[in-house]
Amino acid sequence: MSYLTLSHLEKSFGTLRVVKDFNLDVAQGEFISLLGPSGCGKTTVLRMVAGFELPSSGGISIDGKDVTHLRPNQRNIGMVFQAYALFPNLTVAQNVGFGLKVKGAPKDEIAPRVKEMLDLIGLADLGNRYPFQLSGGQQQRVALARALAPKPSVLLLDEPLSALDAKVRVSLRNEIRAIQRELGITTIFVTHDQEEALSMSDRVVVMHEGIADQVGTPFDIYNRPATRFVAGFVGTLNTIEAPVVDAATGTVRIGLREVRLGRTLPAGRVTLGLRPEAVSLAPTGREIALHGKIREVDFLGSVIRLRADLDGQILAFDTFNTAHSAPPKVGEEVTLGLNAADLLVIGA
Amino acid sequence: MKRAAAWAILLLGMAYFILPLIGMVEFSLSMKRGIYSFEAYRVVFADPRFRETFTYSVVMAVLTILFGILLVVPTAFWVRLKLPGLRPYIEFVTLLPLVIPAIVVVFGYIRLYNTSSWLPLTGTIGGTNLLLLFGYSMLSLPYMYRAIDTGLRTIDVATLTEAAQSLGAGWVTILARIILPNVLVAVLSGAFVTFAIVMGEFTLAALLNRPAFGPYLQLMGANRAYEPFALATIAFLITWACMGLIQLVTRLSKFDRAPK
Repeated sequence: MSYLTLSHLEKSFGTLRVVKDFNLDVAQGEFISLLGPSGCGKTTVLRMVAGFELPSSGGISIDGKDVTHLRPNQRNIGMVFQAYALFPNLTVAQNVGFGLKVKGAPKDEIAPRVKEMLDLIGLADLGNRYPFQLSGGQQQRVALARALAPKPSVLLLDEPLSALDAKVRVSLRNEIRAIQRELGITTIFVTHDQEEALSMSDRVVVMHEGIADQVGTPFDIYNRPATRFVAGFVGTLNTIEAPVVDAATGTVRIGLREVRLGRTLPAGRVTLGLRPEAVSLAPTGREIALHGKIREVDFLGSVIRLRADLDGQILAFDTFNTAHSAPPKVGEEVTLGLNAADLLVIGA
Repeated sequence: MKRAAAWAILLLGMAYFILPLIGMVEFSLSMKRGIYSFEAYRVVFADPRFRETFTYSVVMAVLTILFGILLVVPTAFWVRLKLPGLRPYIEFVTLLPLVIPAIVVVFGYIRLYNTSSWLPLTGTIGGTNLLLLFGYSMLSLPYMYRAIDTGLRTIDVATLTEAAQSLGAGWVTILARIILPNVLVAVLSGAFVTFAIVMGEFTLAALLNRPAFGPYLQLMGANRAYEPFALATIAFLITWACMGLIQLVTRLSKFDRAPK
């Protein structure tokens, strides 16, 4: 049962179509991420849900009620902004209580709710501070508490972690997800960071040029990308242009070797995708063995990323770092193993 | 050597400004022959016309400030938020009072709003006061608009507005509780400049025949010797008090270090 429904949303600025026929059903309590590069239309979709942009066509409904033409202050939607947007003239407690005060809630209702929210974000002692006296992470937590205090029907997060440093970003994203689960609030999260989207979401919408290219669980998005764009944007992917030798048996040629994928393929050439972690330095137990020469070795700490030349085809692959065995050296001949099932046939 | 030259220029400049002031104050204290006294000030403060005109101008200044805030804050806010393309035109309009002499404006007012016009504002004292209020607001517009626009530039107007909207706030709440408090220092800067302008303004008040402080200053200057200097010193102190208040308010602002 859909709680938040976006149907056939379109948005144009002048002649530029920013969002094209965007459809999405969000269940109550679900955490959905809109993921995509800059300019893909994800923030515009979020702003249309918030009411800051009016759709050129299409509709938005929340809990069965059409809110497409309601003003932002009539939608009961909480929003957290990338730039925190805390009111500089109000203390933390006043910021958190602002929404309730605006709605005319009595004082004896506001104070406990503010306390509850400050407890929730772990800043109970900082209620009397002004925003400029807080760190970026603390400010964003206050912004989250402020958005949640009036008990909104939907929570919108517009790249809330982008302005924070890496360590705070990771801890805050875990906090946001935990709070969202605890409150069971329907949430839309906009990000261009795939790691954030994959780690936090129930489902991810990958957007490209105003279109939802794929909607699915993080597992599906990563392992079964529906389009070439999704495959390339989410995670690292080797793409292999392979001529089809036998379309019926799904046999293709990779380098000098014929590989049978065991599924029907279109005639001509196909683009195959292969995640670096699907390739093994030891071919034992793998269906396909490929020979190549190491071209690059990048030491990334726990993981070592290598690039091998397979008869002109460069293939990136990962291996775990172990203190007892050194990774292959540049120029070293290696045999790589992989399974046919790991080769993704990428669509348009 | 360079340092000495810089100091010399600075002292010369200070002397250029301060010596006339010292002369003015010294003369205002010399009413009683042979001794310094506040006699000229006593005479001025004892004059009922001083109290009447001073009070009138203070009230007009306060009303002008309130009218200016009500006019300029929403305008500058709206232009910055929704009509940024209009900013150069609005700025041009707000600069016009600097290039159009007050006498031209006041003759225009009298021509447009005289007793035989469609809106005979000059026919009543209240109407004339209103006209003077509009005139003062116009004169202070370049300073008020610039001060508030500069204040708005230091905050993220669009995001703060959207944040407030998402929390259920309407336009009046946003302006009164979020925007105005965050540009209060700028508003007060504009307000104090407006106060100083209104307290010393002569042309509009004289030609609209209102009992303001500016015409009183002129009247005293034309008829007395020492009292005009006492009045000039008082007017000067009012202006400097306004400047001092701007500084004080800026320093005392609790949230002036807010991230911009």
